[in-house]
Amino acid sequence: MKALSLQNLKKVYANGFEALKGINLDVEAGDFFALLGPNGAGKSTAIGIISSLVTPSSGSVTIFGYDLNTQRAQAKSCIGLVPQEINFNQFETVHNIVLTQAGYYGIPYKQALKNTEHCLKQMQLWDKKDTISRRLSGGMKRRVMIARALVHAPKLLILDEPTAGVDIEIRRSMWDLMREVNSRGTTIILTTHYLEEAESLCRNIAIINNGAIVENSDMASLLGRLHTDHFILDLERPLAHAPTLKGFDVDWVNEKTLNVAVPKVLGLSQLFAELAAQQINVLSLKNKSNRLEQLFMDVVDANKGEGK
Amino acid sequence: MNNSIAFKTLLFKEIRRFMRIWPQTLLPPAITTALYFLIFGKLMGDRIGTVNGASYMEYIVPGIILMSVISHSYSNVVSSFYSTKFQHHIEELLVAPVSNSVILAGYIGGGIVRGLVVGVVVTAISMLFTLIPFQHIGIAVAIVLLTACLFSLAGFINAVFADSFDDISLIPNFILTPLSYLGGVFYSVAMLPPIWQTLSLGNPGLIGVTDIDIRIAFAMTIGFIVVLTLLSLYCLHKGIGIKN
Repeated sequence: MKALSLQNLKKVYANGFEALKGINLDVEAGDFFALLGPNGAGKSTAIGIISSLVTPSSGSVTIFGYDLNTQRAQAKSCIGLVPQEINFNQFETVHNIVLTQAGYYGIPYKQALKNTEHCLKQMQLWDKKDTISRRLSGGMKRRVMIARALVHAPKLLILDEPTAGVDIEIRRSMWDLMREVNSRGTTIILTTHYLEEAESLCRNIAIINNGAIVENSDMASLLGRLHTDHFILDLERPLAHAPTLKGFDVDWVNEKTLNVAVPKVLGLSQLFAELAAQQINVLSLKNKSNRLEQLFMDVVDANKGEGK
Repeated sequence: MNNSIAFKTLLFKEIRRFMRIWPQTLLPPAITTALYFLIFGKLMGDRIGTVNGASYMEYIVPGIILMSVISHSYSNVVSSFYSTKFQHHIEELLVAPVSNSVILAGYIGGGIVRGLVVGVVVTAISMLFTLIPFQHIGIAVAIVLLTACLFSLAGFINAVFADSFDDISLIPNFILTPLSYLGGVFYSVAMLPPIWQTLSLGNPGLIGVTDIDIRIAFAMTIGFIVVLTLLSLYCLHKGIGIKN
């Protein structure tokens, strides 16, 4: 079953800006799906339309078989949204924010209390339940928004840059949490600028640019399209200049560091063979950049100028 | 079922909001009206004598109660709904399966309850200064309810179209307050020259406040409520001021 289906979705703002140019997108139930794109590409507009915060110009949105236009209440009941910006009442307590949201979804009071307790404990916020929300740290505020989005047990959870601005420790704990939520059957759509996050969490991916979907496939086959990996090598002995390695582009970063482009057809074994032949010993190596980041830039660059 | 739970949730949230900040919402009308009664009713009223057969203190009591109901039901909805827009937590309602009529009813309900609570507070304060000769309780309560509803709706529409905090203070300061004061709270319209009596009939602040046919007052108030309700629902349906 499809968790989400967008058909020919268009959005033209009042100032004439065409944010979405008739996109089509399907997300299967149970998926962990990444929706990526540069700033201003149309991601937030698409998320806004799906979550009823933006009115589409034309096209249709279907959520678990419910048309968002004609079966609005049923479609909305399936969705939980964690928006990009903090959007809860900063003068309310954490408990009231989550409990109130449960009420908006029509959950009876006693059940809403139970759900609120469960979600706050899941987000490790139970001890903060009576705290006025503006006094929370940035990471806690993000977790309040996730607890609020989960309180009615949505079948589709939309996370719009949920880890923006949080430190790495919180980000990692939020990844674990998202995996856990997804493993229990909740479909997740994630937008993020941390491509490592998308690569680590998501099974399928769409890239949106200039209001159009320019890539839509599973993560494994997308990454399989990378022809070259870039590695940073730490050397045992200093080198005065970049060595010539047959088949590899080598940049000299400093006397003990090289940046090497490794074509997949040659691989690391061939690289080490070439280095050994020149008696260059490597202490350690790491990826220069996240693989998805490289692909993302390739896809976006390839579509630059389209649709302008 | 879902809508009734959502309505109760929103209504209780609105009531909780103004009760939590009672020093800003409930204490000022108590102090202001106590001053009105002390200065206009007691100190000056004794020299004015009677108006329409009632002592001046008795004459101003209903007007001051209703003026408080008007200003507080209006300001409750305009400030609450605009803050909800401004802080973006209107999105909590928009993403949820809450119908537009429930959103409107929740905010208007909050405004009516605030108006009623303030009305009770002001009535209680007035009873410290004079014995109120209660008559036609049913009509009085109905007028208070309808007036609170009408001005809550007006506050809602103001909030929908407001783009800044200036926009939500303009109408209360420059329209609502002058019209309330000129609506016969402190004087009978019958005391005015004929031309001003006629012009006063066009003042919505006059409706339900003083010396006007009760049937006309009810008809006009209900008429305005219907018009403003339809306009509010239209704005919500179109997402005016709240959606892109």
